[in-house]
Amino acid sequence: MSIAEATKPRPRKAFDLGSAGTIAFRAYCLLVLAFLIAPLLVIVPLSFNAEPYFTFTQSMLQLDPTGWSYRWYEELRNNPQWLESVKNSFIVAVFSTLIATVLGTFAAIGLTRPNMPYRGLIMALALSPMIVPVIIVAAGMSFVYGGWGLKQTHLGLILAHATLGIPFVVVTMTATLSTFDRRLSQAAQGLGATPIQSFFEVTFPLIMPGLAAGALFAFATSFDELVTVLFLGGPDQVTIPRQMWSGIREQISPAILAAATLLICVAATLLILVQLAQNQQKSYGGMKS
Amino acid sequence: MDMTVTASQALRADLSAAIERTNKRARSSAFWMAMPLVAFLTVFFVLPIGDILWRSVYNPTLSEVLPHTTNALVSWNGRGNPPIRAYNALPQDLINAQSKDILGKAVTRLNIEMPGFRSMLIKAARSADQLSAPYAPAFGALDSRWGSRETWVKFKNAAEVYTLGFYLAALDLERNVDGQIIQKPQEDSIYVTLFLRTFVIAGLVTVLCLFIGYPLAFMMANTTPFWRNSMMVLVLLPFWTSVIVRTTAWIVLLQREGVVNDLAVASPFFAETERMDLIHNMTGTLIAMTHILLPFMILPIYSVMIAIPPHYVRAARSLGASAPGAFWQVYLPLSMPGVGAGVLLVFILAAGFYITPALVGGDSGQMIGNFISFHMNETLNWGLAAALSGLLLAGVLIMYFIFIRTIGLDRMRVA
Repeated sequence: MSIAEATKPRPRKAFDLGSAGTIAFRAYCLLVLAFLIAPLLVIVPLSFNAEPYFTFTQSMLQLDPTGWSYRWYEELRNNPQWLESVKNSFIVAVFSTLIATVLGTFAAIGLTRPNMPYRGLIMALALSPMIVPVIIVAAGMSFVYGGWGLKQTHLGLILAHATLGIPFVVVTMTATLSTFDRRLSQAAQGLGATPIQSFFEVTFPLIMPGLAAGALFAFATSFDELVTVLFLGGPDQVTIPRQMWSGIREQISPAILAAATLLICVAATLLILVQLAQNQQKSYGGMKS
Repeated sequence: MDMTVTASQALRADLSAAIERTNKRARSSAFWMAMPLVAFLTVFFVLPIGDILWRSVYNPTLSEVLPHTTNALVSWNGRGNPPIRAYNALPQDLINAQSKDILGKAVTRLNIEMPGFRSMLIKAARSADQLSAPYAPAFGALDSRWGSRETWVKFKNAAEVYTLGFYLAALDLERNVDGQIIQKPQEDSIYVTLFLRTFVIAGLVTVLCLFIGYPLAFMMANTTPFWRNSMMVLVLLPFWTSVIVRTTAWIVLLQREGVVNDLAVASPFFAETERMDLIHNMTGTLIAMTHILLPFMILPIYSVMIAIPPHYVRAARSLGASAPGAFWQVYLPLSMPGVGAGVLLVFILAAGFYITPALVGGDSGQMIGNFISFHMNETLNWGLAAALSGLLLAGVLIMYFIFIRTIGLDRMRVA
């Protein structure tokens, strides 16, 4: 070994816990990960239970094919209430996402300009739906929206969910825009583009992935939301979480687990889409690192 | 010479005016970009919160439903005999309210003030058109309680249009017959305990999340990209999964015939008769809420840890610090902004929980949110629901301002 090689600074681990300590630490982290994922891992196989039980039967554990079935998924597919709830969930989520994304994006553009007046105040307002307990908001909405005739309407739920989705769009978009190099749109305008042209042809494509991530957050928020649905929704506004809520409280059946499994798939899809959007954002030129 | 000076001065004045104009335009265009959001949130979010807070002190029911009786009580100071004018006004008020079909609101309101008022008032309303002067003994003949001072003091309290009565009730206080504020009897005092329980549950969940989450965040920040990404998926997947799905999962896991108890019984340590009550109590609430809020602790801590330059700790070590010393004196202080964000985020979210305690909390795991819903939908005591909301909101806002003061809004990361 040459001297140069021996004295070359080697990256040293900052913390060495010793082998026993390392094993204990890793085991602890493994337990935490198991805790995080266990509920989802139990739900998915149990949704294929052939019996109407919420626990693993003998035949399931022996991997006997008769212990497993698609019957609860069939039940979902043939139950008009569940189908209706899927439709309602999508209608409310899509339109509330649209409102939250448009309002949140424009506000974020304003908020990231260097000379925005009342920035702190507007930011606090935009983020407050994340902080104020939903139960208080929902109680207030049931009075105010009720007075406007918006109770037990899709529109009422869409507006309520839009307010709850806004903070996620604003947080994501201000983060995206603060890394956006404004000189690019200035250059475009210097080369003769109108402000609108430069927005749609330069700025927008560059911030698109961040916008998609914000929109997906807003979508997930609406898709998941139950408290305002309980306070504002009527029999025609039953969403998937609302349907699960009454399922758990009234006629408990493993069909709920099948629905839960499908919702986990939705969550996984949203997660993958957000990661793709964020990777896309990172790989763009024109963004300050 | 003079002319050039004035010309360049004029030019400079022109220029600064132009810059000022441009800045002004930029400011106002930035402002107008944010205006639609401000207007939208003000109408559809702030207004409902304002409405519920307003209802906690504004209470016009009685003065609308029984206006003349309410009016007759205004000049009465609550001492001595109940005013004759009030007795005289009540029959006609009752007849009017019945014909407009709004008496139920007054009945609900009065019964909140004094249980038993319901039957008194309904009985009086039924025979209101047969009563004749003098009315005081006539009401006394229907129900002796109509003759007591206490009944009318309660009526007067309930008739106050602007009242702190709901906040008193939300703090287990009441006004006695002489108008003094006193503690409610022990068996009726539930809300102070409930607030304490809510904050204890929120605090316990926060501590659990911190001790469970901090080591994992550390592991994620100090491992290879492959393991970091794999662990991130395991943190984010539950984070993206619906709260109701995760609550359902914990019901399946923790109930008496559930997976955890089955495993315990299958092990040599538990007999079939020793199945544990893990759900429909405080334990169930704690476990499910910790699981639901854990990502909100891990993600901010991780995002701060990943930005800590590794050579700080190495420098401390090479200057002679032990591994624990370097951790306590260098790494932990550097990770504190993440810890602060995580702690306050989890605490604030936990204090307002409703769905999970409602499904897995049983009696001992109920929180303020559940009682707000209970009074909104079951007892229809909206004033009390509003006062409970007001107190919960005050608690949360205090935490929020501590949060933006100590950590700053821009440090917060969602994912």
